[in-house]
Amino acid sequence: MRQPRILMCPPDYYGIEYEINPWMNRARGSLRERARQQWQKLHDVLLGLGVIVELLQPQPGLPDLVFTANAGLVFGNRFFSSRFRHAERARETPYFDAWFAAHGFVVEHLPEGMYFEGAGDALFCGPTLFAGYRIRSDVQGHQYLGRILQKQVLPLELVNPYFYHLDTCFCPLAPGEAIWYPDAFDAYGRRVIENHVPHLIAANEAEARCFGCNAVVVGKTVVLNTGCTKLAADLQARGYTSIAVELDEFIKSGGSAKCLTLRLDGEEAAVWE
Amino acid sequence: MVSATVSKQGFVEEVEIQGHIIDSLILPKVLDEILTHGGSYVIKDIRIGQRQADPSYARIEVRADSSDQLHEILNAIHDHGAAPVAVRDCQTVAADMDGAFPEGFYSTTSFRTQVRLKGEWIDVEDQEMDCGILVDAEGTAARCIPMADVRVGDRIVVGRQGLRVFPAETTARSNLFEFMASPVSSEKPKGVTVREIAAAMKRTKESGEKILAVLGPAIVHTGSVEHICRLIRSGYLNILFAGNALATHDIEQAFFGTSLGISLERGLPMEEGHENHLRAINTIRRLGGIRRAVERGVLKSGVMYECIRHDIPFLLAGSIRDDGPLPEVVTDVLEAQRRMREMIHGVGFCLMMATMLHSIATGNLLPAWVKVACVDINPATVTKLTDRGSIQTVGVVTDVEPFLRALVAELGREE
Repeated sequence: MRQPRILMCPPDYYGIEYEINPWMNRARGSLRERARQQWQKLHDVLLGLGVIVELLQPQPGLPDLVFTANAGLVFGNRFFSSRFRHAERARETPYFDAWFAAHGFVVEHLPEGMYFEGAGDALFCGPTLFAGYRIRSDVQGHQYLGRILQKQVLPLELVNPYFYHLDTCFCPLAPGEAIWYPDAFDAYGRRVIENHVPHLIAANEAEARCFGCNAVVVGKTVVLNTGCTKLAADLQARGYTSIAVELDEFIKSGGSAKCLTLRLDGEEAAVWE
Repeated sequence: MVSATVSKQGFVEEVEIQGHIIDSLILPKVLDEILTHGGSYVIKDIRIGQRQADPSYARIEVRADSSDQLHEILNAIHDHGAAPVAVRDCQTVAADMDGAFPEGFYSTTSFRTQVRLKGEWIDVEDQEMDCGILVDAEGTAARCIPMADVRVGDRIVVGRQGLRVFPAETTARSNLFEFMASPVSSEKPKGVTVREIAAAMKRTKESGEKILAVLGPAIVHTGSVEHICRLIRSGYLNILFAGNALATHDIEQAFFGTSLGISLERGLPMEEGHENHLRAINTIRRLGGIRRAVERGVLKSGVMYECIRHDIPFLLAGSIRDDGPLPEVVTDVLEAQRRMREMIHGVGFCLMMATMLHSIATGNLLPAWVKVACVDINPATVTKLTDRGSIQTVGVVTDVEPFLRALVAELGREE
């Protein structure tokens, strides 16, 4: 049985220094020590679940480097580096690329002119890559990846600016099973998800805004932000254990458990062969 | 200039989209976006992936009513991955001599044509078959140019890059003449045909476009002069193209009551009647022209008389067997072509009757969106016209007199 590996980056330089999504407000800054404690708690919970946690060296001036999910998309030993839409985050790319190159991954880039924000907008559920587009990533990047990976890609338009990455509103649990927040998608996207994922657990609006869909899945355990009690009950009914970790300091930036992690050995729901 | 009869939804761009566009519902979403923005589409090509991981491909022609609407649609669907098919500007070469195109020139059709200049699709003006395309010095406009008019240094389009042609099916074909399964036949109910032609003429008149008539001398021989005069007087004939013969026999009839010496009253040759047409020409030449003859009160009836009285522009093109000719006849064929080109601007409908030579000459000049009715007792006239590319022609095989009698009655009924 494989041991899960996850990349994280300590929040030494985390803060609200710019505003690139509706959650961010520089007037409402984060509390550094509280953020540090929350991140540490998540880190420790994952260790307790048997996860090997790799750490990326934090960098001054890159407050969002902590959100490693957006580094790129991992597929086997290939790392498809993100092309961030915002210049503020594009500065993170050299650090992510260097880490992956130093750890045995083949680092690849999408052609210029395509925006792609990694596992934030591209999640395998079974052999199919579900991809969120319009707000951050664009559809061309995902279609390009489909060609390169020889995998089915289902681009889903994200229509609610509060759910600007796919991983804020869709969380694969296992092949054919996922958590989602339907209102983040248009009617076409909802139909596509319903057609391709037979077992869906819907988060309500309050839980979606608590980043209930931004969860880390390790085996049959789901780690997510506090305040999602109905979702926790629904997960339990489907045989999952949920662990709540308070992560409200990161929600100020529009991120939570999933955004703070990048699975290096393939998500639980991914089927690559 | 694109006439108003060019189809609705005349602004067009081709886009392509590829990837997983079927299961993801991206393709139906793009098509729905086009429709909800008021556009329409034609799927020109589609290839569906065979297996789940295979990408699919679609090439879609997007149509809109205005340039703004088209850009709005293109912006909307671009976000879903539909991008304009990569195209480049058309290529031009400077003419290296007068009166001839550079080698490799693009030869035009009568169909609506666009060239890509500085990334924009521009309608080619003065659309005409068997010409070249001249791009202006600024590189912002293009028009058809006949070979003989080329001057050294003119920028002439070569090759086929950055060019697109809209065949007849995609220009306005929604009402005119659709009832015709075959374009020419002697075995059609003439009543229906006449009604449709009358309706088309009425629509043309109402839209402010002009009706052009191309007439041969059989108009006079068959006793149809008065029908034509009535068309002129009621505003259904706005421009006349003909030759020396039509005008000559029309004037002969006005002076002597004969056409080629045959009495139009009795249908029998008149004594010394064969001289009548030459005497008519001579009289007009002595007076200095048809207009002078009308002004002097010498010419008092007939088609040419009505043209002068109603300010109907006419062009009489000469040919090698002409007697006289009448002073108004243009004997330089290139000059005649040039004047005809100028006169067809704004023509929305063309009625060709009883002349092969002038019908084919006019057919060559008209863009494909100008509808043509060709009436001749000889089916070969219509066939020749369509064989030379004037495929917008509807043919009526009949003697012109009963046709015109019915047409005038039909137009009178509609008035």
